[in-house]
Amino acid sequence: MCLGIPGKIVERFEKNGLQMARVDIGGISREACLDYVPEAQVGEYCIIHVGFAISVLSESEAMETLDLLRQIGAIEEELGVEQD
Amino acid sequence: MKYVTEYRDAALVKNVIEEIRRTVTRPWTLMEICGGQTHAIVRHGIDQLLPPEIELVHGPGCPVCVTPLELIDKALAIASQPNVIFCSYGDMLRVPGSGRDLFSVKAQGGDVRVVYSPLDAVALAEKNPDKQVVFFAIGFETTAPPNVMSVIHAQRLGLKNYSVLVSHVRVPPAMKAILGSPHNRVQGFLLAGHVNAVMGYHEYPPLLEEFQIPMVVTGFEPLDIVQGILTTVQLLEAGKIEIGNAYSRAVTFEGLKPAQDAIHKVFMECDRTWRGIGEIPMSGWCLRPEFDEFNAEKRFNVGDIHTKESSLCIAGQILQGLKKPHDCPAFGKECTTENPLGATMVSSEGACAAYYKYGR
Amino acid sequence: MTDETINIEGAVCAPPLTHNEQIVMGHGAGGRMSHQLIQKAFMSAFDNPALRAGDDAARVESNLHSNLAISTDAHVVFPLFFPGGDIGKLAVCGTVNDVAMLGAKPLYLTAGFILEEGLPMETLKQVVASMKAAADEAGVQIVAGDTKVVQRGKADGLYITTAGVGVVREGVSISGANAKAGDAVILSGSIGDHGIAVLAARGELGFQSSLQSDVAPLNHLIDAMMNASNNVHVLRDPTRGGLATTLNEIANQSNVGIMLNEETLPVHPEVAAACEMLGFDPLYVANEGKLVTMVAREDAEKVLAAMRATKYGEAAVIIGEVTAEPRGRVLLKTELGSTRIVDMLAGEMLPRIC
Repeated sequence: MCLGIPGKIVERFEKNGLQMARVDIGGISREACLDYVPEAQVGEYCIIHVGFAISVLSESEAMETLDLLRQIGAIEEELGVEQD
Repeated sequence: MKYVTEYRDAALVKNVIEEIRRTVTRPWTLMEICGGQTHAIVRHGIDQLLPPEIELVHGPGCPVCVTPLELIDKALAIASQPNVIFCSYGDMLRVPGSGRDLFSVKAQGGDVRVVYSPLDAVALAEKNPDKQVVFFAIGFETTAPPNVMSVIHAQRLGLKNYSVLVSHVRVPPAMKAILGSPHNRVQGFLLAGHVNAVMGYHEYPPLLEEFQIPMVVTGFEPLDIVQGILTTVQLLEAGKIEIGNAYSRAVTFEGLKPAQDAIHKVFMECDRTWRGIGEIPMSGWCLRPEFDEFNAEKRFNVGDIHTKESSLCIAGQILQGLKKPHDCPAFGKECTTENPLGATMVSSEGACAAYYKYGR
Repeated sequence: MTDETINIEGAVCAPPLTHNEQIVMGHGAGGRMSHQLIQKAFMSAFDNPALRAGDDAARVESNLHSNLAISTDAHVVFPLFFPGGDIGKLAVCGTVNDVAMLGAKPLYLTAGFILEEGLPMETLKQVVASMKAAADEAGVQIVAGDTKVVQRGKADGLYITTAGVGVVREGVSISGANAKAGDAVILSGSIGDHGIAVLAARGELGFQSSLQSDVAPLNHLIDAMMNASNNVHVLRDPTRGGLATTLNEIANQSNVGIMLNEETLPVHPEVAAACEMLGFDPLYVANEGKLVTMVAREDAEKVLAAMRATKYGEAAVIIGEVTAEPRGRVLLKTELGSTRIVDMLAGEMLPRIC
């Protein structure tokens, strides 16, 4: 129930009383409704699901998580082969 | 693609899987309850790469699979009527009703259209004032805010020719039913990340309390999935009963308040039958009476359609994670993606079709 | 059913739907439903050796020195004009390619037009000009035709059917049945461009893209490949149903396995993005200017070099190999190192929400 894809907001506008955005999804362009993420800014990334933004992606959280995950392998390498 | 490519990094994924291997000391059975996650797991072969101690079991995570037969039949009845433009998300077109599906109705002259967004259905209603436009509003919590906005928007536009046929289902009651079953063997839960993006995870502490198993909010890319599994396994090995968030770039504890408000304004909880499982109390959402004028079940005369499921398929037990698709005697023989015996085969990410497509 | 626990025994399902009584859209998607329709409705009735070979063109004997290759196509694409091409270019290239995939030099085409009442003359003129340009590029002549007009509402503007004939090169035997274990599988370029470009142009799913259809005549590319090697075993252009369906067809015809390497599959970023958004897999999306070939391993580099030096083959890449087992199966080694099955497209490809 969750096919959502990150899209970058390139423009915000109003249409028929709805807060809308033009989003760039990996080079593809489409409209998305921002009514559920009214604070989202141009340049930010959102998860787009059936033409609606359902989350604003946090770059800081993403960086922190990736850093943590990158350390997993690195630590093991430093310590050499551990117990099995 | 930003926020996608980084989470498919093969080296990182392998590192996390190695860490799972180092952490695990005994067998654990984990369930994921999102068709999208099932699909990702089988597509990337993640279950092949995990240590044998981890068993991944697939829950009833596809709204296409679990839409009750009776509602499909109502959809078919409405779509068959002249002057109706019946709009639906793509996958629903293949779901078998009693003897036919939306493709059959289309072939017989029904105006059945695939839409990407519910707002496209509202736009069709605006453009075709002399037709009745009906939208098949299915989904879990993730799709509720978009479906609900179509009603709010139609109301705002003063449209009299738009209605929705609602078949929404909710994750927490389903989890409660699965974990509360005497046959349950799930020890850890991967929560559906986009459901949580909308709803947050403040609904889950009571489940944690009642069933005492760790739950981890999990995303959809390979790295997200193995991170979710690692976090769950770490909690299990440490004997910690907690809710973890392994999808923190998209999910917060509170979730999306404007979306939750909109859902509660338009929907109310109601009992819902899950195809292949049965009725789970208060596990669905229905339109509030104030929105009766947008309720397709009321607008069209489908009240006397009552259908019961019939034999042979064990889809229900697969949907509950009690059996794997291979356990079904009909799998790959009578039951294939072209001749779906049951709902799980029909949706391209119902558990059966994912296995059939990728793992056979 | 108690109110404490749900009933988890005795799950029940609906009876199967096989769509045997009427044609539905899935029959035209190029996947398994299409194959079954062809078998049941046509093959059994028309049955003959040329048909049974199962390639996209028929190889027939004549009392001339060489065999002939004959093919036919119907074109119903909508919209008539899309980025990178139109129905006319599609019609000519489609048939030129089918004939060429048998290792034959395409020579002559016929074209039948079903015109909808009300079609602007200018539109017809543009389509025909496009066909002439494509025919000139391919080096073929359109030598016979037919025209019918149908009432308003009956032909989406314009339908075209084409037939093509060519001469099979001497000593050449190229067919979907000739793949051998050990052969290299080479793809001429990125997959999914045509399908996504047309989907964007149709506008029903509400997205815009800069993608162009890859529609192109591939006979000169094939000439270059065959000049480089006598060991080209299979040639096919993956159209509706995508590369996955084509490879499954070949695996079945040749009774071999195929192992693909996910890392090597060329996909344009916008095709990948559109597929992610809609829940499609590029392996199933239509192409109109690409070919896949199976070549004896020792000649793979030579053929690859020849392709890369020729128009429409610049981005050619080795994507996998033919294996002895599992017979009739196409497998994919993922970027993570796991292996999964790549099945044929079943019916219509539908956008997912999950």
